Amino acid sequence: MIKVYTSSVIDAPAEQVWARIRDFNGLPGWTPFVAESRIEGGLPSDKIGCVRNFRLKDGGMIREQLLTLSDYDYQCSYSILESPLGVDNYVATLKLTPVTDGNRTFAEWWAEFDCAPDREGQLSRDIGQGVFQAGFDSLKMLVRR
Amino acid sequence: MIRVTRSAIIDAPIERVWAILRDFNSHTAWHPVVAESVIENDEPADQVGCVRNFTLKDGNHIREQLLALSDNDYVSTYCILDATLPMQRYVATVQLKRVTDGDRTFWHWQSTFDTPRGREQEFADLVGKGVYEGGFEGLRAFLRRRPGAPAVRTAGSETMATQGMVVSRFGGPDVLEARPLEARFPAPGEVRVRHSAIGVNYIDVYIRKGEYRMIEPPAPIGMEAAGVVVDVGDGVTHLLPGDRVAYACAPPGAYVGVRTLPASQVVVLPDEIDDETAAAVMLKGMTAEYLLHRTHRLRGGETVLVHAAAGGVGLLLCQWAKALGARVIGTVSTDDKARVARAAGCAATIVGRDYRFAAALHDATGGRGADVIYDGLGQAAARENLEALAMCGHWICYGHASGPFDRLPVESLGQKSATFSSPVLFHYTAERAALTEMAQRTFEALRQGTIRLDIRHRYPLSAAAQAHRELESRSTVGPLILLP
Ligand SMILES: NC(=O)c1ccc[n+]([C@@H]2O[C@H](COP(=O)([O-])OP(=O)(O)OC[C@H]3O[C@@H](n4cnc5c(N)ncnc54)[C@H](OP(=O)(O)O)[C@@H]3O)[C@@H](O)[C@H]2O)c1
Repeated sequence: MIKVYTSSVIDAPAEQVWARIRDFNGLPGWTPFVAESRIEGGLPSDKIGCVRNFRLKDGGMIREQLLTLSDYDYQCSYSILESPLGVDNYVATLKLTPVTDGNRTFAEWWAEFDCAPDREGQLSRDIGQGVFQAGFDSLKMLVRR
Repeated sequence: MIRVTRSAIIDAPIERVWAILRDFNSHTAWHPVVAESVIENDEPADQVGCVRNFTLKDGNHIREQLLALSDNDYVSTYCILDATLPMQRYVATVQLKRVTDGDRTFWHWQSTFDTPRGREQEFADLVGKGVYEGGFEGLRAFLRRRPGAPAVRTAGSETMATQGMVVSRFGGPDVLEARPLEARFPAPGEVRVRHSAIGVNYIDVYIRKGEYRMIEPPAPIGMEAAGVVVDVGDGVTHLLPGDRVAYACAPPGAYVGVRTLPASQVVVLPDEIDDETAAAVMLKGMTAEYLLHRTHRLRGGETVLVHAAAGGVGLLLCQWAKALGARVIGTVSTDDKARVARAAGCAATIVGRDYRFAAALHDATGGRGADVIYDGLGQAAARENLEALAMCGHWICYGHASGPFDRLPVESLGQKSATFSSPVLFHYTAERAALTEMAQRTFEALRQGTIRLDIRHRYPLSAAAQAHRELESRSTVGPLILLP
């Protein structure tokens, strides 16, 4: 089991950042790498257990299931059901915490998963930088005051 | 119940911030409202359960207890035991998290407590603004004063070229030769230190002569130095590049410009202790600390005989023993040294070069003798030491500048129900917790003025042979240091 952890500071209040990201079907609206997304079975996107089915800009399809969602803690977690990444038991969590000093947001995004040992380094970089940090970077642009 | 939460981003790596915040006794260095902080009962500042006693700048007092500490999660939890402020059931948690984007630190500080009805807002502001927000600003200012080098580790394997004084073969002072050496990149658990001052100790002489087989020539000697951390190996959490540090430990190898050594024996220096003082006091001060508090717990009213009373360890023993309430009598070889020893607290001095002092000591003590003898002389003084000892006295032989014992004087101890000890500093400092305690108590003794150092003998590192010659010729007073 390996763990990838990425954290950043976003220059906007936590509730404002949360409004951007709490929609489990909203990846195309704030990440640079998702082309389109739908929730399977017509469920609401904040129903625990719902599955988002999205297509990456590079063509790959991913299915992820919402495991937890807390508006109180500004936190959600999800698992990967199917993907071209070659990962097993993948569970990720995205969490925001208010920074009272300057009314900003501390954003954390981490994942735990299994993969072939020789791919650990590459996958950690792809996920930590290519997905999580890239997501934060685009959030920083979107909420810029 | 009131809950107060504040958080901030600190523009420094988490290791740097945690090194400060994990120290339960660090607030006087960075927090703007804390005037004094003392850990009760001399416990280490990372001992869960330890109690710190704060005096605030407004005169209030607060006693707080450390409840939990995790280096793994960067969390410290503590509570107020009692305070001159009306705050009850106060429990606070400090938590740090790494901001991987930019290698910064997220600092979360939260507490819950009760206070008299009607004063909730007043105390929520006092804690949130005065203590927590004030603390964020205070720590930022502290980091600007002591930034440390960035804690990034470079590619990894590069060594640094340096100069050192090497024992080319066992023998006299002239076997010390200047040689180019290398300090390698620190392995896990190690630290690389750029020395600014190096302590000279009598043990260096024993090792140079081959009496203590702690090196195989050619090899550098030296057990003590102060300097600045260049870089640290994996797993080292208490040190960061840029920290001012000092150490006194085996293995030998301190007579060099830059050195890589185990980090567990290295301690961070308080701001007010300069590098030369640190290099002069680490080994000798911690030796005095354990000789007076551990090998023998010195009590007020005891009569103490200190040999080489104007020497490096001797002067510290005299000052500290006097402060503990003992009556100190010193032996020295010259009148000049006798004056120095008396200024350091000796009630009487016995002057001579021939190790004859028992008769004079009995005169000075009404025939009773010494309750404790601190003996760094060894063989030549052995018989007189037994004679000088009071009934049930404690003879502590911690060195043998006059030569090693032919055989230990055990049989004769029964004549006086005497106790004989043969202690070694490095056994007392082997555990990190004991080491920090001994170092802190030594620093505190310096701060309080209980011990004072007057460094009369400074040499360039390349003149180490000269330093040894003078130390062995009995002409030095107090500590000797080498400057690289
Ligand atoms: N066991 C430990 O943990 C430990 C730790 C540190 C030091 N020590 C020991 O403590 C003693 C003092 O160490 P130090 O570094 O502070 O040295 P020091 O006391 O500054 O120097 C040694 C002094 O010993 C006296 N001495 C008497 N006979 C001597 C002789 N034949 N040759 C040389 N000196 C003689 C001299 O003082 P007078 O001229 O006034 O007699 C001399 O100044 C040493 O024995 C050392 O090994 C032990």
